[in-house]
Amino acid sequence: MNLDFSDDQKFLQNEARKFLEKEESIKRSREILDQSSSLDTDLWQKIVALGWTGIRIPENFDGLGLGHLELCVIAEELGRFLAPVPFSSSVYLFTEAVIKYGSEELKKDILPKLVSGEIVGTLAVAEDFMAPSSSNIKTEVLNNKISGKKIAVPDAGIATHSIVVCKSSNGIDLRLIDHKDKSLNILKQDTVDGSRGHFCIELENTPSILVGDEGNGWDLYESIINQAAVLFSFEQVGGSQATLDMAVNYAKERYAFGKPIGSFQGVKHKLADMYVAITLAKSNSYYAAWALSSESSDLPVAAATARVSATKAFQLCSKENIQTHGGNGFTWEYDCHLFYKRSKLLSLNIGSLSNWKEKLVSNLEKSNIN
Amino acid sequence: MDFKDNQEQANFRKKCREWLEKNAKPKTGVEKNEFANINYLQAAKDWQKKKYDAGWAMLHWPKEYGGIAASAIERIIWSEEESKFDVPRGIFEIGLGMCGPVMMEYASENQKARYLPPMAEGKEIWCQLFSEPSAGSDVAGLRSKAVQDGNNWIINGQKVWTSGAHFSDYGILVVRHDASLEKHKGMTFFFIDMKSPGIEVKPIKQITGGSSFNEVYFNDVVVPDSQRLGEIGDGWKVAITTLMNERLAVGDANGADVEDAFRWAKSQDDLGEPLINNKSVRSSIADWYCEANGLKNTKLRTMSALSKGETPGPEASITKIVSANKLQDIGNFGMDSLDMSGMLKTDDPEIQSFQNAWLGAPGLRIAGGTDEILKNIIAERVLGLPQDARADKGMPYKDIPTGKA
Repeated sequence: MNLDFSDDQKFLQNEARKFLEKEESIKRSREILDQSSSLDTDLWQKIVALGWTGIRIPENFDGLGLGHLELCVIAEELGRFLAPVPFSSSVYLFTEAVIKYGSEELKKDILPKLVSGEIVGTLAVAEDFMAPSSSNIKTEVLNNKISGKKIAVPDAGIATHSIVVCKSSNGIDLRLIDHKDKSLNILKQDTVDGSRGHFCIELENTPSILVGDEGNGWDLYESIINQAAVLFSFEQVGGSQATLDMAVNYAKERYAFGKPIGSFQGVKHKLADMYVAITLAKSNSYYAAWALSSESSDLPVAAATARVSATKAFQLCSKENIQTHGGNGFTWEYDCHLFYKRSKLLSLNIGSLSNWKEKLVSNLEKSNIN
Repeated sequence: MDFKDNQEQANFRKKCREWLEKNAKPKTGVEKNEFANINYLQAAKDWQKKKYDAGWAMLHWPKEYGGIAASAIERIIWSEEESKFDVPRGIFEIGLGMCGPVMMEYASENQKARYLPPMAEGKEIWCQLFSEPSAGSDVAGLRSKAVQDGNNWIINGQKVWTSGAHFSDYGILVVRHDASLEKHKGMTFFFIDMKSPGIEVKPIKQITGGSSFNEVYFNDVVVPDSQRLGEIGDGWKVAITTLMNERLAVGDANGADVEDAFRWAKSQDDLGEPLINNKSVRSSIADWYCEANGLKNTKLRTMSALSKGETPGPEASITKIVSANKLQDIGNFGMDSLDMSGMLKTDDPEIQSFQNAWLGAPGLRIAGGTDEILKNIIAERVLGLPQDARADKGMPYKDIPTGKA
């Protein structure tokens, strides 16, 4: 019985924590917000130099050839420190999609450049103000050329490539595009969390390369986000823990009626509820990490369980952290809002809470656990 | 990460399983909870005796008191395996889980040799006498009195919520020996013979209709000083040891869980459609599944720490809060799904399990520490938040204001 990370993995996590702390990742996140830019290139380059973008990329493609568990511990720290970098888009989604479904030729071309940082990728799905589904995707591919418009594509401003979910004559395709191509236009969109830019991509007869089987793209997309959900959960757990720590520290230092507000039961119980939510989310994420790393058939259920718990935990913790800080928590000056906004970004990227609850229950029906 | 036992653990699990298969029936699905039924008591005693004779009764106890000095991980493996079988439970948990450890720590060698083996064997049942009508969450506010009289103490007062007092042979008791001291300092701890003259046990009828708790009255009950556990005035310290054990003993709430809700939702009609197609039901089932598995995976993390010889973190402290509330919600869901007929008593074991959950859960949210007290404990002991200011701090007990008792 061992539902825990190995000593090496814990060491890696600790190194990641020290690095992000030293680099003042949270402060950088605030600067991005204040400067209305869309990410921190300097921090991203340092992360690339550490080799994190190649954790899962096999050694013959210049990567570290490590497993998903190593990615999980890094994800927890990126979440804890609100790193304003395109890690989730490029690593959890784009890189994993290429590893899983790319042809040998594509892998040979792309993977080493993801390690070196020459390529940064993202995934373009949404098209309108509604949840994307296999039946409402309008962006279309004809003779390998894509036309249409994608919105709310995270990190597309720094990304050099995207994998686009689009409609083809046989169903849905996943297709790779190069942002350098003149046929496309990338525009920054205003978002409620400015620390990670979102973009609109307009495509007009943009050349593309098929990734995975033709027409089967929606299933591939689902399978990619099932994997990514586990990593997102770890980011959410890290963020939840950071907000609980902030709230606890504040509740110990802030005095009212002659004593620390953390001595009042109204505050205590709120913080205890946060601790409960984090514990459930963390334990479910550990199990999902096991399911992911061991390629268990339980992954769809385990990933959705982790995702639902972790989304709930980060939403609860980030909002109650503001509440614990009182009026200060509502100011731009305090960091509370950075976490509140990131919790929303992480909970909407790869699909909302209600969406994942539905996935969980329909997977339970399929797996017929009873 | 992996979920395999190591060789030693696998061998132990196999041994547990082999013995259980020979001596008990595996669970079939919906088991009836017949706690407090007299035949059930005898069945529980028989099962305990069987386990004791074969060395399974108190695995972690020292050999001289009937145990095999097993490791924490072996204890968990045994209880995992035992929980897959339809065996009586709910009778010995308090004695073995709370009274035993206190006797082990504070009783004399002779007393341990006399009382612990029959306790483990199930021949003698023990109960815990702490709470009082005016001392619940603030159990240190208790007022039952002990007055020293030569080599004896004379006990007067009343205890309440005493599980199993009506079939117990012995009990552990904390009482006030000096009301002029501060409240936490004026208490002393004893064990007593429940057949002593002057003890009167009155069952309390619960909202479920059953009676597993009692009121226990003490009228000039004589207890020898040799049955004092700890020093005079150390009663609170000894009680705390016991309460820490209680929280571990109460743990997970038994009863209808997410699998039952899920199975039910698939079979039940909802305005002409299967209930499972109802969006709000799906959302609830997702929430309960996440909670149930969150607890299960938390337990696996605790086991992982134990099996590596590490001390587990405080994660397990969330178990009762989460499981008792989930039980209440699931009971509520099952009854709601029946609309008006949900009120009717029936022989259908599934419907019964929802009704029992709904009726029993309010008690579980209180027993062994209310939700509120457990949240205080998480906030203070895990998160390190300061204690709330106490109006009675430093006051002699006799001067502390009281409401209507």
